Amino acid sequence: MYKIVTRKQLNDAVVLMEIDAPYIAAKAEAGQFIIYRVDEKGERVPLTIADYDREKGTITIIFQVVGASTTELARLNEGDYIHDVVGPLGVATEYDEGIKRVAVVGGGVGCAIAYPQAKKLHNMGVEVDLIAGFRSKDIVILEDEMGKASSHLHICTDDGSYGYHGFVTNKLQELIDGGAKFDEVIAIGPVPMMKFVCKVTKPYDIKTLVSLNPIMIDGTGMCGGCRVTVDGKIKYACVDGPDFDGQKVDFDELMRRNSTYKEQEKAHLCRLTGGVR
Amino acid sequence: MANMSLTKTPIAEQEPKVRARNFKEVTLGYTPEQAMEEAQRCLNCKHKPCMTGCPVSVRIPEFIAKVAEGKFEEAYAIIKTTNALPAVCGRVCPQEHQCEGKCVRGIKGEPVGIGRLERFCADYMMDKAVAVEKAEPNGHKVAVVGGGPSSLTVAGDLAKLGYDVTIYEAFHTAGGVLMYGIPEFRLPKAIVQHEIDNLTNMGVHIMTNMVIGRVLSIDELMGMGYEAVFVGSGAGLPRFMGIEGEGLVGVYSANEYLTRINLMKAYKDDYETPIMKSKNVAVVGGGNVAMDAARSAMRLGAEHVYIVYRRSMDELPARKEEVHHAQEEGIEFLVLNNPVKIVGDENGHVNGMECIKMELGEPDASGRRRPIPIEGSNFILDVDTAIMSIGTSPNPLIRSTTPGLETNDHGCLIVDENESTTKEGVYAGGDAVTGAATVILAMGAGKKAAAAIDEYIKNKK
Repeated sequence: MYKIVTRKQLNDAVVLMEIDAPYIAAKAEAGQFIIYRVDEKGERVPLTIADYDREKGTITIIFQVVGASTTELARLNEGDYIHDVVGPLGVATEYDEGIKRVAVVGGGVGCAIAYPQAKKLHNMGVEVDLIAGFRSKDIVILEDEMGKASSHLHICTDDGSYGYHGFVTNKLQELIDGGAKFDEVIAIGPVPMMKFVCKVTKPYDIKTLVSLNPIMIDGTGMCGGCRVTVDGKIKYACVDGPDFDGQKVDFDELMRRNSTYKEQEKAHLCRLTGGVR
Repeated sequence: MANMSLTKTPIAEQEPKVRARNFKEVTLGYTPEQAMEEAQRCLNCKHKPCMTGCPVSVRIPEFIAKVAEGKFEEAYAIIKTTNALPAVCGRVCPQEHQCEGKCVRGIKGEPVGIGRLERFCADYMMDKAVAVEKAEPNGHKVAVVGGGPSSLTVAGDLAKLGYDVTIYEAFHTAGGVLMYGIPEFRLPKAIVQHEIDNLTNMGVHIMTNMVIGRVLSIDELMGMGYEAVFVGSGAGLPRFMGIEGEGLVGVYSANEYLTRINLMKAYKDDYETPIMKSKNVAVVGGGNVAMDAARSAMRLGAEHVYIVYRRSMDELPARKEEVHHAQEEGIEFLVLNNPVKIVGDENGHVNGMECIKMELGEPDASGRRRPIPIEGSNFILDVDTAIMSIGTSPNPLIRSTTPGLETNDHGCLIVDENESTTKEGVYAGGDAVTGAATVILAMGAGKKAAAAIDEYIKNKK
């Protein structure tokens, strides 16, 4: 059992939890994830490790309430326990040596995962452009943290209610057009966003790393549920990734596979909320 | 007076039509009277050939003699001296190739139902409070990686000798393939849990949610005061065929399909994990795992479930009994067929499997006749789900994070005749060493490793 030591509501649908998990905290690196199971009847759900404190022995997860299992997790309070938390899983993000300037692109709750990447690079002395996209002003999260973890923070909103008016891809394109020389782009967010970031960077041949989010069960490489096609080959995101070269990923296949249980997910959520979201 | 019947005392089973739609155990087990009657078929041979067929050397004629007398508790105690998991072995061992394959009564007629009797004893004792004998602690610590059958055996044997044993398990529950792989209808999970509880009552610690290789390395375990480490991490990495269409929605590895069903209980409505409701299912492969996947798909309500196997019925690697059960339940066997492509609709969902017919040629390296495709015999099988059950390999996580641990070309850990790896103090056994094999072979390896670890630690001083 894993105790929740801090719980913060970051916006209407996004929750931060700091969890007591000393073994995981001792080893976690940016880019790795955990799998949780709320209770005995729960499913196993992957979440990226947003932060860790080796001394306190805690890890931080930030998640958006999107279905039954995240709804149940969000219902827990400080002092409550999560039944199972396993990690750190996946390969930590590897950065090329000698990189000078990097654009880290986060979409929505993906910013929670982009943030530790930016922080790590920023601490390494790399010039970091953190491009964080949200639908509108009221769902902006982690602005202070992201500011501290980057050289230039570009907050974008789809409706223009805050910061730059437009998508993260528009901002990225503008920066490139304006002469910014990125050695690498790291994109984390919804699959379509990652796909379009790769489209932006492709003509300039900028190495673009994406953090994939396929359906997972065990997270240790024993089922292949999370398999993705990268460069025409089957890869298991849980052990070979979750980071991959975005130019080689079959995003359309990933989107299809992620919709496998759409109907059943809806049914489970309805049972929890009586049909009300 | 011995029971000279040429056939085994019949055992009750659920009706095929009924059981094909539920996950309850198929075979219902002996009553005490039936067990005594069957036990009386044992001739108590002097040279005990049955025992040579048992990888964990259960004292078979001795325990059966007790069953014949109705002394079930004593029979159970005899089994437990060498077998940590009798309720499991009695159910899933391929006895026809092991103990029962060597039984003298099998020369003319059917062998003694040793598996059924072992199972009976374990089940009989299930709800009886058995006083746990805790050995005097000897002050030595051993770590066990993985919580499957080989590891449970190592832990049980070492705990009996007074070792302080900790099992590190990656999943949220120990048991390995007994929990995630073999379905409820062959091996009820409550029974597996009971056997595991027996171990913890003996003082074995189980740390779940610990993926060794990520959260701790083998070297770190050695640094934590463990004097030896046993690696029983199995062969859980599923293989795919590499044919077109394996990324479509509706293609599963058997491991994923069975894990969702067995470990996550996706077939129960009040559990959160989903599984596809399929109409027509093709399971590719012919082993026990393929049978389990096919029979599970039937129980989830499929109309047609096909086993697609490239050789003939004679070469099916699955146990005869499981093939027979599958046939009774309506599984259709499309032997001498091999998939060449999985076909999808415009939404990327499986809507067919293109197969090619095969014929058998000369025997290959495995000694089995090699299947050869018949040019131009391609046809489309109408399915919406494809389950790939063509084998698994050892997970690379431990070997890639442990310097000094050598593996062969198949990624299997190399061990000597004492199950000792190329790294001092590290032992290994089960599928991690052999590649996918059977529960009882893993347990046999665990038994050997436990003895070797005991020897190693005793001699170290």
